[in-house]
Amino acid sequence: MAAIQPRVSVEYREGATVVAFTDDKILEDTDVRALRESVEAVIEQAGGLHLVLDFRHVRFLSSAVLGLLIRISKRVSEQGGQLKLCNIHPGIYEVFKITRLTNVFEIYEDVNSATQSFSDRQ
Amino acid sequence: MASEAPIQCSIVVESKPSAMSDPCRQILAVMREKGFSKDDVFAVHLALEEAFLNAVKHGNKMDPSKTVTIDYAIDPEKVEIRIQDQGSGFNPQTVPDPRVGENLYRPEGRGLLLMSAYMHVFEYNERGNGVHMIRYKDRPIPAPGDAGQV
Repeated sequence: MAAIQPRVSVEYREGATVVAFTDDKILEDTDVRALRESVEAVIEQAGGLHLVLDFRHVRFLSSAVLGLLIRISKRVSEQGGQLKLCNIHPGIYEVFKITRLTNVFEIYEDVNSATQSFSDRQ
Repeated sequence: MASEAPIQCSIVVESKPSAMSDPCRQILAVMREKGFSKDDVFAVHLALEEAFLNAVKHGNKMDPSKTVTIDYAIDPEKVEIRIQDQGSGFNPQTVPDPRVGENLYRPEGRGLLLMSAYMHVFEYNERGNGVHMIRYKDRPIPAPGDAGQV
């Protein structure tokens, strides 16, 4: 069953950890749970993490994924880290606007601007 | 050229999240065939998934002995969908607005808001175990600040 689970790719760039969701649709509870485990494993590895979640592949998600992002944000914050989102497709960005999560998350156009934003604050 | 003949169908599926895959694929394929835009297809896809997950999780409470009924009608102008579970129902007015205050930081409660925002008609039956939704072709959704009336 592992083949149908959503995957993430992890890249380290300019002091930030960039986690990209590699599936284009994230829908079911099992998908969301698997993603949460994958991302939490990354968060646990380092305190004070500069984490970027890259949505470049994502074209569709359910409200459960929005809940997952809230959970990840809290976890990163508890660990003294910061979370940024980037490469959000316009259709998905509309979902963030409707739910007003654009007020909760820092959203950047691409990975470079997201990683750069960490150093801008230091 | 888009087909003019309306398509109607009633489907009964098991109470498990993956059971929506085939009906969803079927409905979205008919929409594309009838010339609905990508935005329309995205909106209906989102509403279908959210409504079905609500029916399975909150309505039927994942009870495998219960089913969910999906009725849909698609003509060149609109998509009309009814999804009904076998649960005891709920009052959507009691669901807090996820955009307000501390609710913004709670992980749950955004499904109803998204469905109401993306569908032009979104209403529950009196018992609260069935939802009726309509999306009209190429009609823009209201501005985000106006959405969320359930």
